[in-house]
Amino acid sequence: MAPRLWVLASVLAAFGALFMLYDARADWSFLLPHRGTKLLALILVGSAIATATLLFQTITQNRILTPSIMGFDALYILLLTSIVFFLGSQTYFAFGPVAQFTVTLVVLTGSSLLLFGGILGRSAGNLIEMVLTGVILATLFRGLTSFMARLIDPNDYLVLQSVSFAQFNRIDTDLLFIAAVLSIITMARAWQIRHRLDVLALGRVPSINLGEDPKHGQLEVLALISVLVSVSTALVGPIAFLGLLVVNATYLLLPVLQHAVLLPGAALVASIVLVSGQFAMERVFAFSTPLLTVIDFLGGLVFLWLILRGVMR
Amino acid sequence: METPGSAKWITNTRLQSDMGLPNYLLPGLLLLSLSCTSLFVGVIDLRPIDLLQSSQAWELLFDSRGPRLLAILIAGSSLAICGSIMQMLTRNRFVEPTTVGTGQGAALGVLLATLLIPAAPLWLRMCLASFCAFATSIGFLALIRRLPPTEPILVPLVGLTYGGVIGAAVTFVAYQGDLLQYIEIWTNGEFSGVLRGRYELLWLAAIAASLTYLAADQFSILGLGETTTISLGLSVRQVMLFGIATVSMVTALVVVVVGAIPFVGLVVPNIVSRLYGDNLRNTLPVTALLGASLVLASDMIGRLARSPYEIPVGTIMGVIGAVVFLWLLHKPTHYGA
Repeated sequence: MAPRLWVLASVLAAFGALFMLYDARADWSFLLPHRGTKLLALILVGSAIATATLLFQTITQNRILTPSIMGFDALYILLLTSIVFFLGSQTYFAFGPVAQFTVTLVVLTGSSLLLFGGILGRSAGNLIEMVLTGVILATLFRGLTSFMARLIDPNDYLVLQSVSFAQFNRIDTDLLFIAAVLSIITMARAWQIRHRLDVLALGRVPSINLGEDPKHGQLEVLALISVLVSVSTALVGPIAFLGLLVVNATYLLLPVLQHAVLLPGAALVASIVLVSGQFAMERVFAFSTPLLTVIDFLGGLVFLWLILRGVMR
Repeated sequence: METPGSAKWITNTRLQSDMGLPNYLLPGLLLLSLSCTSLFVGVIDLRPIDLLQSSQAWELLFDSRGPRLLAILIAGSSLAICGSIMQMLTRNRFVEPTTVGTGQGAALGVLLATLLIPAAPLWLRMCLASFCAFATSIGFLALIRRLPPTEPILVPLVGLTYGGVIGAAVTFVAYQGDLLQYIEIWTNGEFSGVLRGRYELLWLAAIAASLTYLAADQFSILGLGETTTISLGLSVRQVMLFGIATVSMVTALVVVVVGAIPFVGLVVPNIVSRLYGDNLRNTLPVTALLGASLVLASDMIGRLARSPYEIPVGTIMGVIGAVVFLWLLHKPTHYGA
């Protein structure tokens, strides 16, 4: 499968070059940071979401669930809103960006372990119940978020606005640096445990037989997922169906089970989708609609198709 | 899960086939007291005593508080009835207009009307909204016909995703047409804009919802399943079409006038069915009373939580509804009951 990975990498490189060079009329001192930041953010977010989704599907052993369908990013926004709500934006700002991010990250990891660890244990074996619970939980989180947002001071609310709506056009450069460091560390860890992931994907009993504690593995992977979801949500806001779309495309393009291939493959596919999609929406069609709305639409259709195909066979 | 047609269902229906006035008394009193209180809750201080002293107080009542109360009562009761009917039509406890794309369809219709015919009069927008709501509901019914009947929770999952896809289409069209600010108005219901002269279309919804009472028995029979319906000499298609048409029209009217209010049609019919059974001829009035009470209570919470600002009733219902949904999904099941 290695040749296919190289093909994907070159496609990404080609789109990246096109993204940077197309219609480059301004001075490079302006273009390089402007477009460069955006390109970096697109690749970073794509890789983070693809990795998170792949990891989630590995530990739950199915190809429909994704962290955002289960409400991870809605939970992140809810937690951030609660922090601002209970502490006030003054205190929140006094933390400084690194501490802010660390606090939300720790809280998210903790609560997602409690919540989703619980659901995965309870509803294990009943996939539809698990998905539906996740979907409704996400609705609940969003409802609570907008309830609290109404109670928050409008000035405080501005802090939250950038994470509550998915958007690639205003990327915080400071945040980008932290996000890059964090997600590279996390993805490196995922790469390091790639062979254990292969085992975990086989399910509980085979894992135990092969000497891999599934509980322990699941918890560690859930923590990695929390970091990746926080990173991408903090950068660009919630992206509902991107993970589902790209990971399923990856399974089609790279029909193997080894995470050594799937991990880089999914990251590449996601980056290609985001970079080419953003390029097409912005420059070719000159659409005002954000790319993510289109991804939501297509991803929703794919999700529907996956569910229907699964049950009607 | 207790589906219509189960043993308990039939017992309940038989036992309560002659439900008398006392059963309506409690919900009625609840709604009456809530309604009276709601008239004196708001930004401008109004006490009952003021009504005797100043004419301005009456003006406030007639122009703002009164119409708002009426709009809430109509929207709440008719949405609850819609949920009840849809649950009978699909024989599924999780179905209601906002979980199966009807609401999103209505928003798509009114958006297209605004975009394509900017000068469209209100009735034309209304018609397009109702038509799109109808089309999306029919699409949903066609979709779930192919699902296995052994997996009842698959229906809401498919419905929510289907609604999400239509919602994304709405957002896309709105972005292109620069109408994004309207989306919030149609998708998150609130009553703060209701004044005399601005809500009267809702009376149509009230009429449509009341008309369903005439077919209450037919809907109950459809809840027993298609085979039973046919053997009892009813046309499934006719009852279905009548039900879906009414539900679409009511949903469209509510979306256009005050915006979508999620989960009313899910929460109320489930509570009513637990307490009073599933014979719609008896339960529809209770459903209407409790639906109005629920929306009114949510609206009052919204008015009081951060007075003088308001929290939209759609937001509050979203939270309440999601909690009830999760409970329905995970409540312990009693076998053999």
